[in-house]
Amino acid sequence: MTLWLQRNLPRLVVAPSFAVILWFIYGFVLWTIYISFTKSKLLPKYEFWGLQQHFRLWSNSRWHLAVENLLVFTILFLVLGIFIGILLAILLDQKIRAEGFLRTVYLYPMALSFIVTGTAWKWVLNPTLGIQKVFQDLGFTDFTFDWLVNREMVIYTIVLAGVWQSSGFVMAMFLAGLRSIDDEIIKAAKIDGAGLFSIYVTIVLPMLRPVFMSAIVILCHISIKSYDLVIALTAGGPGISSDMPAVFMTQMAFHRSEVGLASASAVVMFATVAAVIVPYLYSELRREDVH
Amino acid sequence: MSTSTADLQALEQSGARKRAVYRWILYLILGLFAVYYLTPLYVMIVTSLKSMAEIRQGNLLMLPEALQFDAWKIAWSGRGYDAGDVFLRPFFWNSTKMVVPAVIISTFFGALNGYALTKWRFKGDNLIFLLFLFGCFIPYQAILLPMARTLGLLGISNSVGGLVLVHVIYGLSFTTLFFRNYYVSISNEIIKAARIDGAGFFKIFFKILLPISAPIIVVTVIWQFTNIWNDFLFGATFSFGDAAPIQVALNNMVLTSTSVKQYNVDMAAAFIAGFPTLIVYILAGKYFIKGLTAGSVKG
Repeated sequence: MTLWLQRNLPRLVVAPSFAVILWFIYGFVLWTIYISFTKSKLLPKYEFWGLQQHFRLWSNSRWHLAVENLLVFTILFLVLGIFIGILLAILLDQKIRAEGFLRTVYLYPMALSFIVTGTAWKWVLNPTLGIQKVFQDLGFTDFTFDWLVNREMVIYTIVLAGVWQSSGFVMAMFLAGLRSIDDEIIKAAKIDGAGLFSIYVTIVLPMLRPVFMSAIVILCHISIKSYDLVIALTAGGPGISSDMPAVFMTQMAFHRSEVGLASASAVVMFATVAAVIVPYLYSELRREDVH
Repeated sequence: MSTSTADLQALEQSGARKRAVYRWILYLILGLFAVYYLTPLYVMIVTSLKSMAEIRQGNLLMLPEALQFDAWKIAWSGRGYDAGDVFLRPFFWNSTKMVVPAVIISTFFGALNGYALTKWRFKGDNLIFLLFLFGCFIPYQAILLPMARTLGLLGISNSVGGLVLVHVIYGLSFTTLFFRNYYVSISNEIIKAARIDGAGFFKIFFKILLPISAPIIVVTVIWQFTNIWNDFLFGATFSFGDAAPIQVALNNMVLTSTSVKQYNVDMAAAFIAGFPTLIVYILAGKYFIKGLTAGSVKG
């Protein structure tokens, strides 16, 4: 008996956590997927209704807007976040004075919540008393900056605040990557007469492919889940012009009594994340096995 | 001969000048970005120290004429009347009561899981780890509805206890990942030697592994603390009113449409809500960064 216990102890120790994960993650996801195939409104119903909710979802103009906004946000968030991250990492890698201080400054927004971030930026971007007033006081009396209340531009305020919050993190990842590259490689290229810019573009950055992968995956993941920042900065407005899938889902689930439709939108989000993450995890774990 | 050395000197000088210009541009760009990152924090602090009249007259970047701490007092403990007076103090304690047990429990189980999955390999352990790992990435929208129902059935919706449970469950994936990646790099020889000496599962864990786990415990605790303190989605979905955590209260405070918007109070409140994680970051930035990069799967 004690021998059996001893042999199975590791399994028994992992079992409770594993059961919790199976039930509360995988079980719940399956439940949500099933509910997306039912007619559930205020309460979940279990009668099968085929793909109707998914058809309703994709013929819903608000959902289309949310997906469009997500695409615009994700692309800009990725491009700007990675560009700024790499730029700062490379500049900081030039034996800079006060590097530690600058690193701290670039990365501190990551410690703040999206609600704090959104609240602060909402004030900075305030259409009357915010940046607009700063420029008007400087003498540019015609200067207007109304992105926060402008239906066409409001999505870019979310990009601005999102990049502010997350780009320092990309910088930290690339800086760690740069520090792991052997200095000799760069020195050798310099002796060959290559300029610093071309050394980075043709030699250094290609060596950081895994860092690129990680940065892309993590930023994509943040953007698909983005909910807090939208709520705090624009609350999806003006109107519904800055709606995003995560906001759409909670609206339908908890305010509009559309549990089936909300589940369908959650399934789309889940499938999108899975399509990005599963190949990434697969390649990461294979890399680990090779080592 | 002499001309060529003069040429060389000129060349060197122009090279040095060019380098100096490059350095100058380098610091300029770095400085501009520092301004971009610091501006919202600066604006938050100066706005919180101004009166509303001053805010309307001046602009964002101006320093306050005289330091006014009224906004901080109102943000923390209210104006002293009942109706519609939202202030942060009770919610700050809600978040504290939520974060402490949630961090301790999830970190402890993460350590045990990481240990069992790396030092006592058994059939299917890799698959189990993969299932844990994927849990780090799922969009929580896919579990919100069933979780809300479950908390209702258990009778702990809208309570700090319910939020502790939710944060422990969805933190397990991260804590297990952190400890697993740390223990993988620790030599199996020590464990083998201890087993030959007759030490069992728990003895090895508590006597050998735990004492050398300080770095990863710090990383995990900081990661969990930051994520749980900063959480809004779970707090807003599973609690309301008195049981809400601080991020939800902050958002409610800012949204509360009284006749006059109190930007100074909003900024003081935002600073209070961000303060604990900011302090952790400033004091333990190194571990904070380690946690972030460990989140990218590999340790």
